[in-house]
Amino acid sequence: MSAVIEAKQLTSVRAGRTLFSQLSLQLHAGEILHVEGPNGAGKSTLLRIIAGLLDPQAGRVSLFGQDQWDDPEQWQRQLLFIGHKAAVKAELTALENLHYQALLDGADQVDAWQLLETVGLLGLEDVPAQQLSAGQQRRIALARLWYGQATLWILDEPFTALDSHGIALLHERFSQHLEQGGVIILTSHQPLTWTGERLKKIRIDYQDEGLLYEYR
Amino acid sequence: MWKWLHPYAKGEAAFRLLGLWQPWLAGLAVILVTVGVVWGLAYAPADYQQGDSYRIIFIHVPSAMFAMGAYTGLAITAFIVLVWQIRTAEWAIAAIAPVGAVLTFISLFTGAVWGKPMWGTWWEWDARLTSQLILFFLYVGVLALYYAFNDARTGAKAASILALVGVVNVPIIHFSVYWWNSLHQGATVTRFGETLMPASMKYPLYISILGFMLLTAALIVYRLRNEILKQELHRPWALAQLGVEKHHGV
Amino acid sequence: MNTASAWRLLTTVMRRDLAVALRRRSDVVNPLLFVVIVVTLFPLAVGPGPDILGRIATGVIWVAALLSSLLGSERLFRDDFLDGTLEQLVLSPAPLPLLAFGKVAVHWLLSGLPLVILAPLCAMLLKLPIAGWGVLMLTLLVGTPMLSAMTAVGAALTVSLGRGGALLSLLLLPLFIPLLIFAAAAVESALVGTSASGQVLLLTGLMLLTLLLAPFAVAAALRVSVN
Repeated sequence: MSAVIEAKQLTSVRAGRTLFSQLSLQLHAGEILHVEGPNGAGKSTLLRIIAGLLDPQAGRVSLFGQDQWDDPEQWQRQLLFIGHKAAVKAELTALENLHYQALLDGADQVDAWQLLETVGLLGLEDVPAQQLSAGQQRRIALARLWYGQATLWILDEPFTALDSHGIALLHERFSQHLEQGGVIILTSHQPLTWTGERLKKIRIDYQDEGLLYEYR
Repeated sequence: MWKWLHPYAKGEAAFRLLGLWQPWLAGLAVILVTVGVVWGLAYAPADYQQGDSYRIIFIHVPSAMFAMGAYTGLAITAFIVLVWQIRTAEWAIAAIAPVGAVLTFISLFTGAVWGKPMWGTWWEWDARLTSQLILFFLYVGVLALYYAFNDARTGAKAASILALVGVVNVPIIHFSVYWWNSLHQGATVTRFGETLMPASMKYPLYISILGFMLLTAALIVYRLRNEILKQELHRPWALAQLGVEKHHGV
Repeated sequence: MNTASAWRLLTTVMRRDLAVALRRRSDVVNPLLFVVIVVTLFPLAVGPGPDILGRIATGVIWVAALLSSLLGSERLFRDDFLDGTLEQLVLSPAPLPLLAFGKVAVHWLLSGLPLVILAPLCAMLLKLPIAGWGVLMLTLLVGTPMLSAMTAVGAALTVSLGRGGALLSLLLLPLFIPLLIFAAAAVESALVGTSASGQVLLLTGLMLLTLLLAPFAVAAALRVSVN
């Protein structure tokens, strides 16, 4: 089986500090990768490199065997990135945020109300997002997972600020995605409920000599 | 050609290659600038209209030429940075821009000094001086943007975009300023440059121009080598260059 | 990506930006008030005589327009950068220059177009002879889109810096010089009774060129800024 996403020999140097070097990884359909490590070790940087937001110093990333610049449009369609900044417009209501986001994702027939109910924000549709709690804002951002067509999800700290119910909801959605042959890469300080073969882990640690990483 | 150039995208190879050029460039530059300027200032005949004050052209003209030339070089380098993402080119941005800015400043300063006996004022809104002043602002902008970022790569890329935007605008600015100047033509005297020059003035000027060209190149090479060394300090070869041993855990 | 879906993405970005701007009206209104206030200051500084005011009116209005464009530049990408929207735009399947064009268009609708409408008021306050009003508005109409596009380039370059204000003016003001020269000359021509069409056509050409090229510079700058 060919890999969905493959990173080869990635090296990243930020502001003169080597975050990681020669990092390679490979994920197949139905696998989830948990990137672990202390703050500032370069977890977000790795995710942003894989998402194509950041150029690595060396190495390359390919999605379904294709480089990002072979077909950028196809690449972007296959990938969904939610960073730790939620991309929620503070001035717009939850409903408007969902509506515009769905349009920008190219999902025109999404029922924003239905989506609102799924993520448990029904009744708050008219409230500007800036008046919602951090957890509720994150729910707006994560609602994209329920209609997205992308195979690869890259999620930077998706559980931040979510309550236990929200976390359970998200876990449930993750399982569905993996069963459908999706791939997830995420960072999280919370432990994940998965065990077994589908869960892979990579640990990025800051060391004196630069960075060590461990992939299993 | 790219195969041949490729190794020089790496810091160490570029550093060594530039190291080979550096003494030749610097030596020739010093000789030619000295000959051109001394000949121009001391031995060339005085001008029948301007007397000795015209002699500033032996510095003014070459510096103005390569102020512009360096900007073209900067834009080409910027293009290389954005298209091929070559690290040496990123560092070259930091090497070229200050040299260009200083040349622009020299040409502005000498222009103002020349303006005093010519026009009776230190500053005249002459088209050439004005567009040179704007060029100076463009250089300052590129430099300010380059050093505004913590990450040198980001700074180099941002400055490159600005340099390219600038180079598209330079002809437009140039044209607009000349056109504006023709609208507001006051008592300005047409400058000396266009009139025929006897050989005894021409040759020292040519030598001086050639000297300034080499001087510009030599300064850029010096700065580029320093920049390479600075950016590659985490690598053993750079430390070896400086005669420092790498200590573990530092 | 086909034209229809690219167009839909463009309009979505524009509609969202407009919706956000309408909830933050002060961001839209303040740069315009700035222009009016600057215009008010000049008669107080140089005296209310119509001869001197009329002579400097075009220059004052245009310089105020340039400065207000810088003042309002934060609105273009700042919030998008802070809340992560910019990352999503960069990752969108739509061509980034197209989305950048959309943002420029909204910025112009909310800052450039109101200036055109405000121009007669400023012209009146500065006692610009009435013969120049039409051309002044015309130069603003073709000049402000260029202003918005160039401002977007600068804003995109400095958005990740946080303290970009002074730097932005350093980067942009030199590039505005041709605009200033031709716009002022056009009004001047109208005042002395000759045709201003040459200058206005030149400005239009520059505007089209800028609108064609600037989105690519903005896109490149945004990719660098989300780095």
